[in-house]
Amino acid sequence: MTEHTMSVLVENKPGVLARVAGLFSRRGFNIHSLAVGPTENPDISRMTIVVAVDELPLEQVTKQLNKLINIIKIVELDPAMAVQRELLLVKVRADTTVRSQVLETVTLFRAKVVDVSQEALTIEATGTADKIEALLRMLEPFGIREMAQSGMVAMGRGPRAITAGPLR
Amino acid sequence: MTTVTPKGMPIPTQLPKPAPPIGAPVRITGAQALVRSLEALGCEVVFGIPGGTILPAYDPLLDSTKVRHVLVRHEQGAGHAATGYAQATGRVGVCMATSGPGATNLVTPLADAHMDSVPVVAITGQQTRALIGTDAFQEADITGITMPVTKHNMLVKDPAEIPRAIAEAFHLASTGRPGPVLVDIPKDVLQELTSFVWPPELQLPGYRPTTRPHGKQIREAARLIATARRPVLYVGGGVLKARATAALRELAELTGAPVVTTLMARGAFPDSHPQHVGMPGMHGTVAAVAAMQRSDLLITLGARFDDRVTGQLSSFAPDAAIVHADIDPAEISKNRRADVPIVGDCAEVISELIIAVAAEYQSGRPDLAPWWQQLHNWQQTFPLGYDRPTDGMLSPQFVIERIGALVGPDAVYTAGVGQHQMWAAQFIRYEKPGSWINSGGLGTMGFAVPAAMGAKLGRPDVAVWAIDGDGSFQMTNQELATCAIENIPIKVAVINNGSLGMVRQWQNLFYSERYSQTDLGTHSRIPDFVKLGEALGCVGLRCEAEADVDRIIAQAMEIDNQPVVIDFVVGKDAQVWPMVAAGTGNSHIMSARDIRPLFDEDGS
Repeated sequence: MTEHTMSVLVENKPGVLARVAGLFSRRGFNIHSLAVGPTENPDISRMTIVVAVDELPLEQVTKQLNKLINIIKIVELDPAMAVQRELLLVKVRADTTVRSQVLETVTLFRAKVVDVSQEALTIEATGTADKIEALLRMLEPFGIREMAQSGMVAMGRGPRAITAGPLR
Repeated sequence: MTTVTPKGMPIPTQLPKPAPPIGAPVRITGAQALVRSLEALGCEVVFGIPGGTILPAYDPLLDSTKVRHVLVRHEQGAGHAATGYAQATGRVGVCMATSGPGATNLVTPLADAHMDSVPVVAITGQQTRALIGTDAFQEADITGITMPVTKHNMLVKDPAEIPRAIAEAFHLASTGRPGPVLVDIPKDVLQELTSFVWPPELQLPGYRPTTRPHGKQIREAARLIATARRPVLYVGGGVLKARATAALRELAELTGAPVVTTLMARGAFPDSHPQHVGMPGMHGTVAAVAAMQRSDLLITLGARFDDRVTGQLSSFAPDAAIVHADIDPAEISKNRRADVPIVGDCAEVISELIIAVAAEYQSGRPDLAPWWQQLHNWQQTFPLGYDRPTDGMLSPQFVIERIGALVGPDAVYTAGVGQHQMWAAQFIRYEKPGSWINSGGLGTMGFAVPAAMGAKLGRPDVAVWAIDGDGSFQMTNQELATCAIENIPIKVAVINNGSLGMVRQWQNLFYSERYSQTDLGTHSRIPDFVKLGEALGCVGLRCEAEADVDRIIAQAMEIDNQPVVIDFVVGKDAQVWPMVAAGTGNSHIMSARDIRPLFDEDGS
């Protein structure tokens, strides 16, 4: 099974997320990651959904999603042709003995320290899933107190927009 | 503006105008806006029951001269009646219920209509806006509950939105792949004053069903049809929904291919036509099942490769190329990969296929004579049939066959779910679209009586017979009171074998004849269906001997001012044959118990 990233434009209405989530669960499809947010058009929201399915079930997912009345458009993003980002907030144990080592890792990953206390640092990082995973692997030996991670958001490279066309 | 032209509406070219005519917005309540919208959309009948939160809607309904409300006895009856009405007329069926239990009682018929793609609109009352989410009295999250069993649903939070919501519901229900749509309206939204403007503008940016098929795919399908040596036209309910039966007949006669009609498509092609080889599937004819198994090309029109048709999918029609035409792209290649996918409305697909196939035939056509020889051989060797019960009891198949023969092909037949349903699909000859209405996908026991009630209201000019089982009948027979009071004279033939017959058949075949919880006791007259019928305002009749069958059917046919219930007391051991046991391949079809037609080569 391979991972597929879908950008889904939906009407900004109550219950749309429940419709999408319900469809995935009742058709037996597994959502790997999901992120929802506004777009340049206030009537339209954008969902970025990562699913791990084979080619044929993926076609079914897309077709079933398309049947939901509130879904306007679905585009599968080729990872090679898209920018993909996740956001990570992670609280790492970092007293004075190891703080400089933690900071070094932060620099290496072009991450940021967003909060600091005597025993811990809170780090913000954005990147692909791979980069986030690598950063976490590096931070783990210091002791991860808490972490929060967003779903992936993604956008195709180049000048074209998936919202152009039939939408205003 | 998108024009609201639900398929099958009587005046498809323009919107019926509400009274008073269009002009400046009128100040009315949300409830009045609801009734006006229904009137404007040509809704002539609503099946429902009032209750707390839907009460405001029932007040203006009392004054409506265009919308007739039929007071049912249970909301499930309202939902199935709306389905029966829609299936018989092609128009949108409408049902109404209050919040909470009223709405949840609609869940089964909505799921039923969803599985069988029936255009139904359900309108439910909801608790007032301020109380939503507080577990208020008779509050149920019905939009949440029905999300998986409706084509779409909506909660209307502003009275000004009511006309648009109702117009959108009718549009969604009746276009594309039809299906049920639920509109949930809080009580205070119905009570509030609003400006009524008609027609409303539909706002469905994500809804664009494809109806025109792709020319290239049509040509590719035509090329395959023109070269196939063992083609089969696999016809599903989509052909009836698209009103494409005349075109289907033209295509069938042009190609000379055999036609199979699924459980949902009985009547889409005349049973009497020499090219009709029967119903496919678990209880289909040997000829229909064998034709598909041996086919080199399945021309699939508005069907969906349901498991009850394909049997074990991996061994289904192993040599067949697949042309699959359906209005729902998600059906194509869902179960069986299509070699030529065609997304479009069956009426358009078939008309274009006729032109394209005729063009292909100019460069020659294959000889189907050897194929027909094989088909005729199957038909003659394994015709549909039945034996009389050994215990001397009445044969259920005989009863159903006689009803079909005496009542004739102009009538509408509905069925519950079980053995009687399969026998009604097998032994009544369907010649016309809309003459067979049943619960195919969901398999809802209790469907027959309320569906017959809805069908009779939609087509009062024809006889409507509910072929029911004693199990199914006991689930919804309260609607006979509705029929008696509202003057809806349906006929109900209860095929009373004293048990849950289909389950009993499986226990007989697969559970060592251990009959766990399938004896209903109805042969000991609990209940007595004649007395029950009479208590519900019907004429009650009973038939126990073969010699009386024709006379009692004729007696029922004479009665036109009252519903009729006939208790046909039949043997309990009759079984539905042929049968493909669940999970086995279609090549393992048994034409009768332990009799497997020997399919030439595979022998397995």
